[in-house]
Amino acid sequence: MTENLTRKFNELVAVDHVNLEIKRGELFGLLGPNGAGKTTLINMLCTILPPTEGSAKIWGHDVVKEPDDVRRSIGVVFQDPTLDDRLTGRENLDFHARMYGMPKEVRRQRADELLELVGLERQGDDLVRTYSGGMRRRLEIARGLMHHPKVLFLDEPTLGLDPQTRRAIWDYIQKLNRKEDITILLTTHYMEEADYLCDRVGIIDGGKIIALDRPSKLKARLKGDIVTLEVPNPERLVGTLRESELVNRIEVVNGFLHVGVRDGESAIPKLVRLLERKGEKVQSVGLRRPTLEDVFISYTGRRIREEGEAGAKERMRLRMRARRR
Amino acid sequence: MEAQAIYTLWLRDIKWFVRDRVRVLVTFVQPFMWLGLIGFGMSGMFPGGKTNFAGMRIDFLDFMGTGILGMTLLFSGTFAGIAVLWDKQFGFMKEILVSPVSRLSVMIGKVLGGATVAILQGLLILCAAAAMGVTLPEPTRIPLTIGFMIVIAVAFVSVGLAFASRLSDPQAFPLVMNFFIMPLFFLSGALFTLDTAPGWLQALAYFNPMTYGIDGLRFAILGGSLFPVWLDFGALLAFAVVAVLLGGYLFRKMTI
Ligand SMILES: Nc1ncnc2c1ncn2[C@@H]1O[C@H](COP(=O)(O)OP(=O)(O)O)[C@@H](O)[C@H]1O
Ligand SMILES: [Mg+2]
Repeated sequence: MTENLTRKFNELVAVDHVNLEIKRGELFGLLGPNGAGKTTLINMLCTILPPTEGSAKIWGHDVVKEPDDVRRSIGVVFQDPTLDDRLTGRENLDFHARMYGMPKEVRRQRADELLELVGLERQGDDLVRTYSGGMRRRLEIARGLMHHPKVLFLDEPTLGLDPQTRRAIWDYIQKLNRKEDITILLTTHYMEEADYLCDRVGIIDGGKIIALDRPSKLKARLKGDIVTLEVPNPERLVGTLRESELVNRIEVVNGFLHVGVRDGESAIPKLVRLLERKGEKVQSVGLRRPTLEDVFISYTGRRIREEGEAGAKERMRLRMRARRR
Repeated sequence: MEAQAIYTLWLRDIKWFVRDRVRVLVTFVQPFMWLGLIGFGMSGMFPGGKTNFAGMRIDFLDFMGTGILGMTLLFSGTFAGIAVLWDKQFGFMKEILVSPVSRLSVMIGKVLGGATVAILQGLLILCAAAAMGVTLPEPTRIPLTIGFMIVIAVAFVSVGLAFASRLSDPQAFPLVMNFFIMPLFFLSGALFTLDTAPGWLQALAYFNPMTYGIDGLRFAILGGSLFPVWLDFGALLAFAVVAVLLGGYLFRKMTI
């Protein structure tokens, strides 16, 4: 669908020669940290931001040369809210449907159908002002579907929502993909989300796609489990441990040693014994199956969500958003 | 389909206005404030509360009433632009721009919506002014009155949209607009008769489109004007065309 798609903001390359091909009916995920370029990519695909270089086609239509055809075939749920909170839920849907030229009967029927799908059938006639964050998100998803788009873009659909609402939205997304046969491109920086939902995941960082495959395949590339060790001086041990034939990969992440091993259960006692023989004190040990987070770490050496700065930024943005209401 | 989209955008503006009870109320109360404080206050300066205008002797309150009608159209017209800025701020503009409706239709819908609201406010003002004893237009003059109201509203809504497509901060908008609109208002002859004003002020007023708007409204409502009515209407219409084209051009280039 895209070819060398690039967008620069002055000197900053937000999206860097991205080549992607998404299949019809696929649920595709773009996973990457804040500032990776996900939103910029989506904005180019939905024709509201012109690319600096390269091209993209959606359902056979070029986003620069045939924007009207593209817009007719896509539905978009933007990262930041885009509802009119002085209208009711149903009026928001109706506004949308009219903008897409749908006749009255169809509009009503479709709105009923979708309000039910997202569990808002009883609140449809309330002003959006009175909605909670989760309800607004669900209404936005419903709105994106009003005109039967062939492709649906979801930019961080569950950002800042509580776990329960997030689950519910995941279920809707899956239902849509299967029942309505819609191709979905969603972006997220929650690795559980990409893992749970997506047929294929592209990992994006610094505007580049650095890995792309089915989630299970991506994780399988890491071969085995991850043992996390808390030790007083992790950097010093990297060299020592790397020589051991037990260890496939090793990284220091936030002061912990992440050690990739083939079989976690049997490796733990051996690793601990090895370290104690060197006179190192092991304060705690953890074992887990690899996640997409580990895949990301293995490519970039960083976590997807750095606690601290990025987390604070996100909280700040959510707060700003809340205040603006 | 484009017609339906224009209607939809228009309908949204109307819904906003009708649901905003505060705005409706303030509009209705405003003339009482203006006519009450300034009108009555200043009419004391005129013998018998009468003033000379275009060779007629008319009630100062009638004179002010048309001025305030013009003011309402000017201000509520240009401030229609602020709705666009709120839409940018709250993201709703993205919803509009990602739909397959052309920018031109979006612009037309916003102009019609803003102009309708401004005209509704103008009519409210007329009713309120009539309640204070201000003369209303003769029935046969109503179409002409409305005609002038429409052209003034369309022109200044377009001006507001032109500004709104270049700005992004809804809080800065009133400041910027007042900076441009206040002089237009004070130089339009809404508050004093231009024919007795100093020459330099008259000269400036000739370049002010609002001068022709106010003068045209006076012709329609009070039956007399400084300029021939065709000149009022022509000058105003020419300005409206330029404003719509400029607004449309800037709106097309707007980024969010
Ligand atoms: N309008 C803009 N002007 C300048 N820089 C921008 C703009 N939009 C995004 N960026 C920059 O582009 C990069 C990618 O941003 P974005 O696409 O929003 O990332 P993501 O959605 O993955 O968090 C960031 O470094 C961001 O600061
Ligand atoms: Mg983003």
